[in-house]
Amino acid sequence: MHTLTQLYRVKGWLLFAGALLLLAVIVPLLNLAVLPDHPLHVPDHMITLLGRILCYAMVALAMDLIWGYAGILSLGHGLFFALGGYAMGMHLMREIGRDGVYGSDLPDFMVFLDWKELPWYWYGSEHFGFALLMVVLAPGLLAFVFGYFAFRSRVKGVYFSIITQALTFAFMLLFFRNETGFGGNNGFTDFKRILGFSLADPRTKVSLYVITACTLFAVLLLCRFIVCSKLGRVLTAVRDAESRLMFSGYDPLHYKLFVWTLSAALCGIAGALYVPQIGIINPSEMSPANSIEIAVWVALGGRGSLTGAMVGAGIVNGAKSWLTVAFPELWLYFLGLLFILVTLFIPKGVMGVMSAWRSRR
Amino acid sequence: MNAASSFIKLQYLLSLLCVLLTGRAWALDADTLGILAAADTAQRIVAIEKIVNTADAAALPALEALLAGALHIGDANVIVILTPQGAVDPLTAKAVTPLPRNLQKVSINNRIRQRLNSALAALKLAAPERAVRLAAAGELQKNASAALLPLIERRIQVEQDAAVKALLLAARASLQLNAPEREVRLKAIHDLAQSPSNHTKSLLLARLGNDAVPLETDAQVRRALQSALAEVDIRLKWVGYLNHAFNGLSLGSVLLLAALGLAITFGLMGIINMAHGELLMIGAYTTYVVQILFKNYWPAAFDGYLLAAVPASFITAALVGMALERSVIRHLYGRPLETLLATWGISLLLIQTVRVLFGAQNVEVANPSWMSGGWAVMTGLVLPYNRVVIILFALFVVVLVWALLNRTRLGLFVRAVTQNRGMAGCMGIPTAKVDVLTFGLGSGIAGLGGCALSQIGNVGPELGQGYIVDSFMVVVLGGVGQLAGTVIAALGLGEVNKFLEPYAGAVLGKIIILALIIAFIQKRPQGLFALKGRSAES
Repeated sequence: MHTLTQLYRVKGWLLFAGALLLLAVIVPLLNLAVLPDHPLHVPDHMITLLGRILCYAMVALAMDLIWGYAGILSLGHGLFFALGGYAMGMHLMREIGRDGVYGSDLPDFMVFLDWKELPWYWYGSEHFGFALLMVVLAPGLLAFVFGYFAFRSRVKGVYFSIITQALTFAFMLLFFRNETGFGGNNGFTDFKRILGFSLADPRTKVSLYVITACTLFAVLLLCRFIVCSKLGRVLTAVRDAESRLMFSGYDPLHYKLFVWTLSAALCGIAGALYVPQIGIINPSEMSPANSIEIAVWVALGGRGSLTGAMVGAGIVNGAKSWLTVAFPELWLYFLGLLFILVTLFIPKGVMGVMSAWRSRR
Repeated sequence: MNAASSFIKLQYLLSLLCVLLTGRAWALDADTLGILAAADTAQRIVAIEKIVNTADAAALPALEALLAGALHIGDANVIVILTPQGAVDPLTAKAVTPLPRNLQKVSINNRIRQRLNSALAALKLAAPERAVRLAAAGELQKNASAALLPLIERRIQVEQDAAVKALLLAARASLQLNAPEREVRLKAIHDLAQSPSNHTKSLLLARLGNDAVPLETDAQVRRALQSALAEVDIRLKWVGYLNHAFNGLSLGSVLLLAALGLAITFGLMGIINMAHGELLMIGAYTTYVVQILFKNYWPAAFDGYLLAAVPASFITAALVGMALERSVIRHLYGRPLETLLATWGISLLLIQTVRVLFGAQNVEVANPSWMSGGWAVMTGLVLPYNRVVIILFALFVVVLVWALLNRTRLGLFVRAVTQNRGMAGCMGIPTAKVDVLTFGLGSGIAGLGGCALSQIGNVGPELGQGYIVDSFMVVVLGGVGQLAGTVIAALGLGEVNKFLEPYAGAVLGKIIILALIIAFIQKRPQGLFALKGRSAES
């Protein structure tokens, strides 16, 4: 109980519970229990959209942890997101079974490539538990190895950002190749079911959505726990004065490596929740543009504020889904201006503006 | 091609003159023409070979028309060549009016087409232009029929140009490789070894036969064949290396042009400009606009449009860059991560603006005619002129940047401000102004790079996105603030890329390079050429 009061004060917990209630209980009920012609009905496509935004909010949390608190700007978080998605996608491909176009045990794209058997790295993907493990392990291990070498040789600042960008770019090229064994250009799609439940069934969709919402709030608590702990203080010190921290006897390597790997694993989880709801994963998720967009969610919401990161992801992606349909040619202008204006005029993001407004009152 | 066709006209007139002076009979008479147009394949081939051995250039128009499908036959077996201007008599080159009725195309099959190709090449061997003879000899070397042997022999006697003669020797050798006389075969093998190409190699291998059914039975000739094959293999390998080296140099110079501007804005000023690729794109689009203007208003000088496009793209990109510095980047000095995000936003705005102005599709930028074609250094090694020009242009830009930074007052100021801003300000250097000018210079050089890129690749709104990762890699690899490092990193990356490509494939090669760079930066975070001393620690 003691730690719980450390995480949020009473008002914070009330807000937390309210948001959780709204997103994880009321919205699904409005979708399932309210008749479609009722004004309060939440249509199915809205559930999918909300589910997607919640996944992005989880990515934003992971990004905020590493950028907002430890001051390390990663331009490769889209890669970890996509790796988690691919790990889940592999399992979903296996669950299609013989219901594919070619009626083969192998995924359709392998039949198309005239492959006779599964490559070794597909072994085990038929087990859901193994897939869940890979969702965390694949991005986590990559981040661990990459981070270990990068942080050990004290690559930092923009150099780190640029090589993470190169990393995701390299992986994108790799996954675009048919020979890599992940479906090339098209990636994975045409999923049929998850754990035996049909993905076309609205109830499955709502269930996935509820799982996503609950996971998001669990991740939020975890992140909150980390930033409130002593570890969180060290991370803030890494951001603000790394040399001074080193002179005080701390080795930043372990702290940075831990939070970097954790952040990557959280992205992987978000990707794994994203894929069954959206129904497709392909290498364009790894494009450098996607990863850098994550940074603007966090910057808009407010770096160093977990709630802010989630709010930022919600605002930008909400605007994206509306603008790309209503005014497709305006979307890039909006996004570009957002990048410029946020960095120039509201460096602390929406949360910073709100707290400044509150303190003035 | 133009030269070739005007040459044909000239030849035609000359031979007409010859006929008039000597009264020599036409090689191409109405009967032969009739056979060419109507008879069966075997007869037509005999006719073609007869024409060739008389070496009469007057037959060229008819043969070319036959090959191109322009030869038509009408009522009463009147044969004409159809051109966009009207019908022409193949014998007299005079216009035929009115058009014969019921014109039908004279069709040919592949066997005749092949004979026609070599026959045309043989006829062109006597051309006065070296380029035409070279092309003809190259064609003959690839496929010649035994009937052309006497003609090739005659040309070998009189040919003065070494390159053409070598090709002719190779053509003769490939015909004589299967000769019954041992001496002739040995000579042919010797000649073939002098002109290494995959074609030569397959000829030699074919003559050797396979292990089960050896075609060549004479032991001495077999030995000669084997040593010739070994020699051809070695020379082919070297030609391959030279090709890789040239392609690497070419790619390296492209990378260099893309990265040089960045070496100034990022390397010297420390500004992470993610919109750098879009400045390249602006340079390329400026070239496109200049090209359109020349096409519409001054078509006579179209070949010179690049001369105007180079300064235009420099100025446009520099102005855009200076505007960016004044409006956005200046407010973010000392906050590199924020600069990165803001300039990324700028790049999105620029891309979308170009899309709105010019459309989302790629636009067509034509090479001026003097940049098309290539320089044949040796068999199998042709250097395209546009690549050569780009390498020279990259060299020019490097020298320009070096001179600007090290030999001008502005360069002195730039170096002073980047080394110690406060002290430079105290000495009376207008630091803010120098910042704008330096950023403008870096952007302008990106514009020059874009102008060069427009000559070898597609020009579209996403042009810059493809180069941004590469150019940052070059600058980081070369070491920040080091012009020499940038040059060596760019050329090195280009070479490594092209030498890896044949073994790993283009995409995998690129991935390996990125992995190597990432590994390298771990080892030497300051780049290849790290600054030593106090300025190294920032």
